Amino acid sequence: MKKQRRVGSRLFMALVFLFLYAPILLMVVFSFNAGNSNAVWQGFSLRWYEALFQDRSIMGSVYTTLLVSLLATLVATVAGTFAAVGLYSMRRRRRNALLAVNNIPMTNADIVTGVSLCLLFVAVFGFWNQFAANYRFTLNLFGTVYRITFPQLSLGFGTMLIAHITFNIPYVILSVGPKLRQMDGNLVDAARDLGCTWMGAFFKVILPEIKPGIISGALIAFTMSVDDFVISYFTAGTSVSTLAMEIYGMARRRISPEINAISTLLFVVVLALLAFHNIRESRAQRAAARRTY
Amino acid sequence: MSKELIRLSDCVMSYDGDVVLDHINLYINDREFLTLLGPSGCGKTTTLRIIGGFLSPTAGDVFFDGVRINDVPPHKRAVNTVFQKYALFPHLNVYENVAFGLRIPRAETVERDGKAASRKVKLSKQEIHNRVMEMLEVVNLKGFERRSVSALSGGQQQRVAIARALVNRPKVLLLDEPLGALDMRLRKDMQGELKRIQREMGITFIYVTHDQEEALAMSDTVVVMDQGKIQQIGTPEDIYNEPKNAFVADFIGESNILDGVMRADGVVEIFNRRFPCLDKGFAPDEPVDVVIRPEDVDIVDPGSGQLRGTVTAVTFKGVHYDTIVDFYGFKWLIQTTDFCPAGSDIGIQIDPDGIHVMRKSQYSGLFGDYSSYSEEYEEIGDADYVPDGEEDGHEA
Repeated sequence: MKKQRRVGSRLFMALVFLFLYAPILLMVVFSFNAGNSNAVWQGFSLRWYEALFQDRSIMGSVYTTLLVSLLATLVATVAGTFAAVGLYSMRRRRRNALLAVNNIPMTNADIVTGVSLCLLFVAVFGFWNQFAANYRFTLNLFGTVYRITFPQLSLGFGTMLIAHITFNIPYVILSVGPKLRQMDGNLVDAARDLGCTWMGAFFKVILPEIKPGIISGALIAFTMSVDDFVISYFTAGTSVSTLAMEIYGMARRRISPEINAISTLLFVVVLALLAFHNIRESRAQRAAARRTY
Repeated sequence: MSKELIRLSDCVMSYDGDVVLDHINLYINDREFLTLLGPSGCGKTTTLRIIGGFLSPTAGDVFFDGVRINDVPPHKRAVNTVFQKYALFPHLNVYENVAFGLRIPRAETVERDGKAASRKVKLSKQEIHNRVMEMLEVVNLKGFERRSVSALSGGQQQRVAIARALVNRPKVLLLDEPLGALDMRLRKDMQGELKRIQREMGITFIYVTHDQEEALAMSDTVVVMDQGKIQQIGTPEDIYNEPKNAFVADFIGESNILDGVMRADGVVEIFNRRFPCLDKGFAPDEPVDVVIRPEDVDIVDPGSGQLRGTVTAVTFKGVHYDTIVDFYGFKWLIQTTDFCPAGSDIGIQIDPDGIHVMRKSQYSGLFGDYSSYSEEYEEIGDADYVPDGEEDGHEA
């Protein structure tokens, strides 16, 4: 009876993991398939990976993805850190209200964020482009005549970058906040008392204290950016595409095993980032446990 | 006579209409050990933060050496602070914590071509090292330079905090309940240590505490505060022997506080009986509060004393017995080396200098009866002190 139950629960476990990982495993295995098929194994080969690195549009999208992720992470980390410091110097009631507002975009559906950002950009650009088309003037500087026109704007890399920064900031605030809360509030006063300006105290005392939170916030933001499809799709326009968008496009045209290869790579990169983040976190926890005896 | 260094003039502090400091007037002399004493929430920490520059008073002025410093930020004041729970920098070791202030370039006015100019002065590595080591020696922490501050005991952390503040050679050291987190023995040791450091360095200490014993033992001047007001300023002896009102009498030491009437100069009436005393200058028949310290009461035969009462409880305290005596329904505390068993009738005798008469105040009738003696004692004996955040005016 007891043994039966144990077998049952193990079977259930196995099924759960099967459903979770079988698709990914299948994808990884068939990315090394020599043939064209996604169902019949025809021997090991790296041809799809080779094809991948020769595909200019895919390599272009990898570059776009890395660039937008890095820039968005950088800006969001700086902005989010300062936002968190500001929030945690507020009185409790106001801070909690603002933190609640900060959490909404994270629970919000990506599609809603994407569509609303897209609408905003289109609306603003509509006004701007009308203005730019109607107003042009000339400037006479020391005898040289400059013709000044305003550029027409459209969705592209810039708008996608803004969107990525927007959805990354809440994650940074969320990860820096607890470190600020743990910090002794008198530390900043102590630094100022010893001769620091507020900015000096920020760099010499606050920053070292919250550094682990900032780094994990940056890692989460980067992962989110690399991972994102929906929001990029709505804000990138037609001129640029990220890796996720490229894969989506390929899948619509023809199911090529190249997709398996690129998806495998993306999976490995995100997995590596997450593993790195988790290992850092558990190390920090162990170090903290040691510090308090 | 030493000269005045800091003056608070009519300082008011209020948050959202809540008055935390109510017209504080106070001056502090050079090289003085001054203690701000009061229960939590009385405004003592707020006063200290105003002097440190972390708060600016809502109204009133702060002077340092005769110069108004209301708007001078903390890093430009010749004042350093030892914070509650020390606030050491956890990412730096002992040496770096102490060296923190020395590593920051300071603006100094220098004479150049006959004109005063300001320039940033940076200390040399050697000078920083010398000063840090010298200071670690003063606080008995030589050999601890490379230790992490989180690996130190409470007493050691305390010493690092003091060294970190003093190494900058401030004119004034502010200490905010510095011994609050230490156990009884360590507290006593550190009290002596602090007193020694103050004498050796010859600087002004402004000390905040809620512990009256600590205040009496260490201070040149004690400022007793309650509800944002200064209740009394004086030497420890003044405060103990001549409390201004029932609050001070109750807060400092043990005291029996009774209703009395001043019948004439040197004659006070308690329980319809006249007692000779030394106090003068009251209106005829003015109602007053009378303080009688428990150790100033002599127990005599029931027949021969000034008052007659019944012992209701006796507690052995080592040096003396705490004896609770009922006089006409009012319970007194008497500290005596004579053992009188509970239930016995006794008489008491009080010398004229054992009676202190105070004018009536808002605190009259609130303190001084020992009917609920046992509970009160537990409260006093409770060593766990909870520092209150709301006194700072902002939450952690």
